[in-house]
Amino acid sequence: MTDAAAVSLRQLGKTFAAGEVTALQEIDLEIQPGEFISLIGPSGCGKSTLLRVIGDLIRPSTGEVVVNGKSAQQARRDGDYGIVFQDAVLYDWRTVARNIALPLEMKGWSAKRRDERVRELMELVELTGFEKRHPWELSGGMQQRVSIARALSFSPALLLMDEPFGALDEMTRERLNGELLRIWQETGCTVVFVTHSIAEAVFLSTRVVVMSPRPGRITQLIPIDLSQPRTWETREEPRFFELVTELREALHGGSGREPSLRAAAE
Amino acid sequence: MSAIATPVAGERLLGRTMRGVRSWLPALAVLVLGIGLWEGLVAALDVQRFLLPPPSDIVRTFWDDRDALWGAGWYTFKEALGGFVIGCSAAILVALVLARWRGLSSAIMPYAIAANAVPIIAFAPITNQWFGLLNPLSKMVIAAVLCFFPVLVNMLRGLTSVHPSSIELMRSYAAGEVEIFRRVRIPNSLPYLFSALKVASVLAMIGAVVGEYFGGTQEALGVQIRNSAALFAFETAWAAILVASILGICFYLAVALVERMTMTWHPSARAAE
Repeated sequence: MTDAAAVSLRQLGKTFAAGEVTALQEIDLEIQPGEFISLIGPSGCGKSTLLRVIGDLIRPSTGEVVVNGKSAQQARRDGDYGIVFQDAVLYDWRTVARNIALPLEMKGWSAKRRDERVRELMELVELTGFEKRHPWELSGGMQQRVSIARALSFSPALLLMDEPFGALDEMTRERLNGELLRIWQETGCTVVFVTHSIAEAVFLSTRVVVMSPRPGRITQLIPIDLSQPRTWETREEPRFFELVTELREALHGGSGREPSLRAAAE
Repeated sequence: MSAIATPVAGERLLGRTMRGVRSWLPALAVLVLGIGLWEGLVAALDVQRFLLPPPSDIVRTFWDDRDALWGAGWYTFKEALGGFVIGCSAAILVALVLARWRGLSSAIMPYAIAANAVPIIAFAPITNQWFGLLNPLSKMVIAAVLCFFPVLVNMLRGLTSVHPSSIELMRSYAAGEVEIFRRVRIPNSLPYLFSALKVASVLAMIGAVVGEYFGGTQEALGVQIRNSAALFAFETAWAAILVASILGICFYLAVALVERMTMTWHPSARAAE
């Protein structure tokens, strides 16, 4: 059962500053292959920490992480996941093509194989023609597409994304949401996506994980039953709005209460 | 953009050259005006020759004594270059070690920064004693120590001011420390390194010339400046200073050229076109 899961988290906990700050507590989550999971919650709920624990960039204090049937550490060493950050994290001294080829270089691919793969990826993220440009010549949205192409370059089964579109304007974000779903469907990879945006989480995901802050824990799992593939019309369906409302209520503490607003009014 | 540029590329090149010349014109005018004023005022006010010789006399000496002056300049330049190479290489190595073992860095850097504020030129008489007055090494050591600290401080900053996500990205590829240095930290440090190397090129020249003021062979530029000033041969002193300046500027420009060739990728290289 767990061997089949893409990611399996059991009784996960993480404390920082010698046990003074509890970032994550009692996290249990199974992610099946091919799922698109969003982690959503207010700042400080530990969603980025959780993503990094899955990627073995942060060690958990307690509990167990299994990725592709192996330990998170082994999965990282085997290159089982690609990661995208809020900043594109491109290297200015490399051209776009060589930024995308970086992980392939490190895995020892031949120059010929790399060139072929980069050409495919440039098409996939619709940047053909920009191979020789440097990152600082591109717009924020284009930079993030390069970063996604780099994460997908070695065809990892799992894609970890930490608020990848958080710094982009709304229109660019919606366009890239559509592109990301197309790429997800073409590659069949599993995605774990951290976001602040309720609409983005509903539009993209097959399931949304709602988290609460201090200590960060999972308060709700909301399946998103919108039909696939999702299109521009998806955002106008009544079901989309129902799910947005449901998710908003879940974020504001369950049964429609708005504790912060009420506290402010009193 | 490139579609428009091709048919009129020749015109554009010409235009760019003209613009280049025009942007230099004000600076050139100031130079000519300044020298003219100097020449005129020295004649008009009948300034004593040993206080300030007119530019025409300096240029004449510069030309008449060219063999001796450039020979001395070359000797001093070699000292500066030697010190530059020794000081900068040592600084780069130490920066790499300190960036790798950060605990070491917090133990050592306060002293490095303090030492950076020490007027190292003051040690010249001592290095002359240690390595011998006539040994070029005594000047190289001063130049090297002058170059060492700015290069160390800047290089270390370049190696360590890397975006945390950059390191996380490399770790997600299971990269080790060596690979993180090779692919991220060292390329990231290059702009910092080159701005320090440009400063160091100037410092190396200063170190060599001033080191020579405290004694050295007759064929050294600093010694010639000191001796000719002592003998009231001020035209020679000024001409020698001119040689030192030209060599210093050439040294600086050479480092800047290497920077341009190494970092064609850097945004500043593109902006300057």
